[in-house]
Amino acid sequence: MIQIKNLSKLYQTKHQKIQAVDNVSLNIDHGEIFGVIGYSGAGKSTFVRLINRLEEPTEGSVVMHDQDITKMPANKLRKKRQKIGMIFQHFNLLWSRTVYDNIAFPLEIAGLSKAKRKEKVLELIHLVGLSGKEEAYPSQLSGGQKQRVGIARALANDPEVLLCDEATSALDPETTDDILDLLVSINKRLGLTIILITHEMHVIQKICHRVAVMESGKVVETGDVLDVFVKPQSKTTKRFVQQLNPLEHEKDKLSDFINDRDDSEVIKLHFIGNRARRALISEVAKKFDVEINILQGSIAPTQEGAYGTLFIEINGEKTILQNAIAYMKETGVEAEVVEHA
Amino acid sequence: MLKDFFPNVIPEDLWEATLETLYMTIISVIGTLILGIILGLLLFLTDRGNLWKNSFINFLTATFVNVFRAIPFIILILLLFPFTDFLIGTIRGWEAALPALIIGAGPFYARLVEIGLKEVDKGVIEAAKSMGAKSHTIIFKVLLPESMPALISGLTVTGIALIGYTAIAGVIGAGGLGSLAYLQGFQRRDFDVILACTILIIIIVFIFQFIGGFTIQSDR
Ligand SMILES: Nc1ncnc2c1ncn2[C@@H]1O[C@H](COP(=O)(O)OP(=O)(O)OP(=O)(O)O)[C@@H](O)[C@H]1O
Ligand SMILES: [Mg+2]
Repeated sequence: MIQIKNLSKLYQTKHQKIQAVDNVSLNIDHGEIFGVIGYSGAGKSTFVRLINRLEEPTEGSVVMHDQDITKMPANKLRKKRQKIGMIFQHFNLLWSRTVYDNIAFPLEIAGLSKAKRKEKVLELIHLVGLSGKEEAYPSQLSGGQKQRVGIARALANDPEVLLCDEATSALDPETTDDILDLLVSINKRLGLTIILITHEMHVIQKICHRVAVMESGKVVETGDVLDVFVKPQSKTTKRFVQQLNPLEHEKDKLSDFINDRDDSEVIKLHFIGNRARRALISEVAKKFDVEINILQGSIAPTQEGAYGTLFIEINGEKTILQNAIAYMKETGVEAEVVEHA
Repeated sequence: MLKDFFPNVIPEDLWEATLETLYMTIISVIGTLILGIILGLLLFLTDRGNLWKNSFINFLTATFVNVFRAIPFIILILLLFPFTDFLIGTIRGWEAALPALIIGAGPFYARLVEIGLKEVDKGVIEAAKSMGAKSHTIIFKVLLPESMPALISGLTVTGIALIGYTAIAGVIGAGGLGSLAYLQGFQRRDFDVILACTILIIIIVFIFQFIGGFTIQSDR
């Protein structure tokens, strides 16, 4: 639905040149939640602002529904922007307007009649769960409520795409979850394509279908969220995945269990999707003459199913041990023998 | 009772002078508001990184503003005599003070407007752009409403300065309370007339301040 090709942005300041976005090509499908993750300064904000041309690209194209946004004349671009909603880290609401009037603003821009505006605004206020707050000013709202207004405002003109730049970064964890749930329900209910920028892996884990990892302007890795979680390729991605998995930091605590003996191994298992629910451990224990100790475990739900990690110690005779490990791998669970670092 | 304290005050004259001062103030405040907003918007919008970035117009506007802010008001009146004569057809009476009042206070207010506009969150302007807003929508529905408290408090400050200017203008023939205080009070050494004029000017200033403060409060 959105084809991004060789997109680049070079900032020229007096003292230096900054390649904020460097030759990025991506295809984003209709109805998916596409995440872009990267550390501060990676160029995420610049990237997302190139999509609705708040920033002029130095090179490349953004094609949405066969229309190249980068080549549109100003008046056509303004029309197109009405169909590209955007929400911001700091909400960017108009302080002088009430919740109602903030949400009505994009409809005024689109030239809707007062009656039509009213109908739409009330519908949106209901959708984002702000009924009763119509007459409140932004200064009277909590962060989460402000972002709900931001979302309602972005949805006002029935956009095809929603761009979210760090939409939850100013919110506490619980409010973040509420807002993310709202985004998922909007995505499902309206079939809206969402491009979401973040520096927090759990945001990606929780709601994205696919993810691109950015580093110094480049996309260094892209793929289905689960694949990227299980087999991160680049160093940056690995660090992000570790954010999610606190066990990774505690690996050294496992070192007591790791030894050079043949009859005992420490194994790291990844459970992906529905396999995460299988009773693999008891299966293995029944089938093979081995002893299994569970050392550590964690599970994280994603849009494509759950993703779990489990560290186990498995003891038994050498060949039986090998067979048991092979069996686990056969079931499709990623099993990795942990050696001393 | 009033006669005891203010033996030389002629109530009709005082009333007329008060009205003249009020007229001068109100009309010049309106003129200053319009001129100041136009100049302030120009200063802001043509500045670097803004909607109508244009360093030439920015330079012209800034120069105009700086020059007229630098001229002392009393000299500005004298300087504008020919212009006033051409525009109003006379250089006497309260109407004749208006051009100097507006041109004197407009640039001052323009700077306050510019400061107010600069305070508007860049993110909000960007949000409006992302919704496909045109320039005039951004100016009239975002910039001006969002900076309204600053615009009003700036206008209050300017308005109070303007009341002071009207008194100066009065001394050189523009009528109003300043004129009355000077001609009947100072020149005839009737101190009670000066006192009466002072009290009335203070009352006008207070009313002005009250209106300004009230408007800001009811804005939120
Ligand atoms: N207007 C600008 N002029 C010059 N350089 C800029 C400009 N905007 C961004 N940059 C530079 O481009 C790079 C990418 O910035 P960007 O804001 O896109 O990063 P980001 O990934 O969004 O970071 P963060 O997570 O901190 O928001 C940075 O090095 C930044 O300094
Ligand atoms: Mg950013």
